[in-house]
Amino acid sequence: MNIHEYQGKQILRDYGVAVPNGIVAFSPEEAVKAAKELDTKVYVVKAQIHAGGRGKAGGVKIAKTVDEVREYAKELLGKVLVTHQTGPEGKEVKRLYIEEGSDILKEYYISLVVDRATDRVVLMGSEEGGMDIEEVAEETPEKIFKEVIDPIVGLTGFQARRMAFNMNIPSKLVNKAAKLFLGIYEAFISKDASILEINPLVVTGDDQVVALDAKFNFDSNALYRHADIVELRDFDEEDPKEIEASKYDLSYVSLDGNIGCMVNGAGLAMSTMDTINFYGGKPANFLDVGGGATAEKVTEAFKIILSDSNVKGIFVNIFGGIMKCDIIAEGVIQATKQLGLEVPLVVRLEGTNVDAGKKLLNESGLNITAADSMADGAQKIVELVG
Amino acid sequence: MGIYVDKDTKVLVQGITGSTALFHTKQMLEYGTKIVAGVTPGKGGTEVEGVPVFNTVEDAVKETGATVSVIYVPAPFAADAILEAVDAELDLAICITEHIPVLDMVKVVRYMEGKKTRLVGPNCPGVITADECKIGIMPGYIHKKGHVGVVSRSGTLTYEAVHQLSEAGVGQTTAVGIGGDPVNGTNFIDVLKEFNEDPETLAVVMIGEIGGTAEEEAAEWVKANMKKPVTGFIGGQTAPPGKRMGHAGAIISGGKGTAAEKIKAMEAAGIKVAETPSVIGETMISVLKEKGLYEQCKTH
Repeated sequence: MNIHEYQGKQILRDYGVAVPNGIVAFSPEEAVKAAKELDTKVYVVKAQIHAGGRGKAGGVKIAKTVDEVREYAKELLGKVLVTHQTGPEGKEVKRLYIEEGSDILKEYYISLVVDRATDRVVLMGSEEGGMDIEEVAEETPEKIFKEVIDPIVGLTGFQARRMAFNMNIPSKLVNKAAKLFLGIYEAFISKDASILEINPLVVTGDDQVVALDAKFNFDSNALYRHADIVELRDFDEEDPKEIEASKYDLSYVSLDGNIGCMVNGAGLAMSTMDTINFYGGKPANFLDVGGGATAEKVTEAFKIILSDSNVKGIFVNIFGGIMKCDIIAEGVIQATKQLGLEVPLVVRLEGTNVDAGKKLLNESGLNITAADSMADGAQKIVELVG
Repeated sequence: MGIYVDKDTKVLVQGITGSTALFHTKQMLEYGTKIVAGVTPGKGGTEVEGVPVFNTVEDAVKETGATVSVIYVPAPFAADAILEAVDAELDLAICITEHIPVLDMVKVVRYMEGKKTRLVGPNCPGVITADECKIGIMPGYIHKKGHVGVVSRSGTLTYEAVHQLSEAGVGQTTAVGIGGDPVNGTNFIDVLKEFNEDPETLAVVMIGEIGGTAEEEAAEWVKANMKKPVTGFIGGQTAPPGKRMGHAGAIISGGKGTAAEKIKAMEAAGIKVAETPSVIGETMISVLKEKGLYEQCKTH
């Protein structure tokens, strides 16, 4: 789960990390009020969307006066920002963050990630801040430093200092930087983040080390123990079908094709998409109904597909293990009873309780094309959709 | 034969009184797996499906001599269940549970350093040695005894591969689902090493998916060490970049962990990669024929 920059900075503040003062605004009036309250020489008006690359896309403005803040707020609110992370359709700006300007001497990069290669949390830093870190990693990998963190002791003081020295933070500020690194680690662990990226981290003219951005991603598997983080979720930033799916713990991703897919298991779901593509079709979604789904959940999953107007045909591909085929069949029958079925439906069932599942579907009177393998099913649905 | 588990393996089920665990305990017993104990704190002294239930793993091990645990405990408590299995010095802990917080797993993997227990999973279908011992949630009927080892990051794709092999008359030794989570216990190389040493296994199918670099590392290892032919498949070839596809593992970012990169690395290591998931079986058969192993591997 992602959150906005201003929310991320509030979390950092709670853990003693230096961030500029700032106030969120939902309207130009609120932006003006925020600016008056901040009372500073330079204001930064920042569009709040769940995507990086906002600066380049014109989503960050520097204002010298409260009037300029008002003008920029009017310009940005309602504007659709297209960045390299939003996709071509872009994202509409509905929130602004009005922030005190910083006197930046130099920009750095710092992040924490769960690294699958070491099975540890890794602190990653570079003096090449402010720019695309992927590019730095590619062109000058020697400028990226890593500290692998032992979960028993957490990020240690010496590691934090070593990182600061490696990043060429001015000697007199190394302790401040190290303290900031320890703070972000504490926040990361306490809130079950999976990514925290601060780009840029800056050293200012008045000798401060400050986080100028905060990009958090939280582990969705740990949200059950962080009600405060769940509250920060912004539904405007998510696909409505994906929101609906998440209510039922379904793993759903909207795609731009016309063949709806319902599959169990992420690997099989991705492979089903691959196979549909191979036969010249285009999947409308990725949907993994998971292992322990009930008939009710399967019903909701199937309803999400049925209610997608782009869907011209549906392929159900199930290889039951922990998921039972009869549960799938029940869900499909329930959903079609409620919403009707006007598009072709191809079903391939195999695995746990397969006979019970097939029997239910056969007796349902639904117009179902049976398939005896994934390839057979993919071919059939591609032909039926035409 | 096969790897990790066989007909003599004594298995205990952690979380045995939950509904999923109960269903699969029945299925495992029907398959012939020696389930000797269950563990549910507070239910010690009771019995399910004729299996005695204990309050702790330690008690269960002491009373029954179980050496392998399968874990169905719900996600918030699953990491602790793994620690309990490690503390009881089991040979193998197989964690089926999905949705365990990744930072819990970081601690678990750290705790396991230098300990005796091997962890398979979490978020995996389990381990099955055909006709001998089924531990996990995979449908037993698709597995046929034979000479091909299977290792996979995806549960249902494992079934797909096994099913295709069995339908084509090519049986398996052991199928191991290592799970799709970013931080887990057993990786491709661990399993490939075992298959390499197992006299019954003559060839291996390795199924990966987008995200991470485990397949690339495994390909390097195969190139340097593997004495047996390996074929493969990578799921998610057409997944759009940056979208998270269910498995916490299956996400491509910044051009890393793409299917194309993985396939390239595998092919460079002499691993023949199936173009679509529907030809995983055929691809293995063509390689078996090429290597003159087909007759030995054909089970009927």
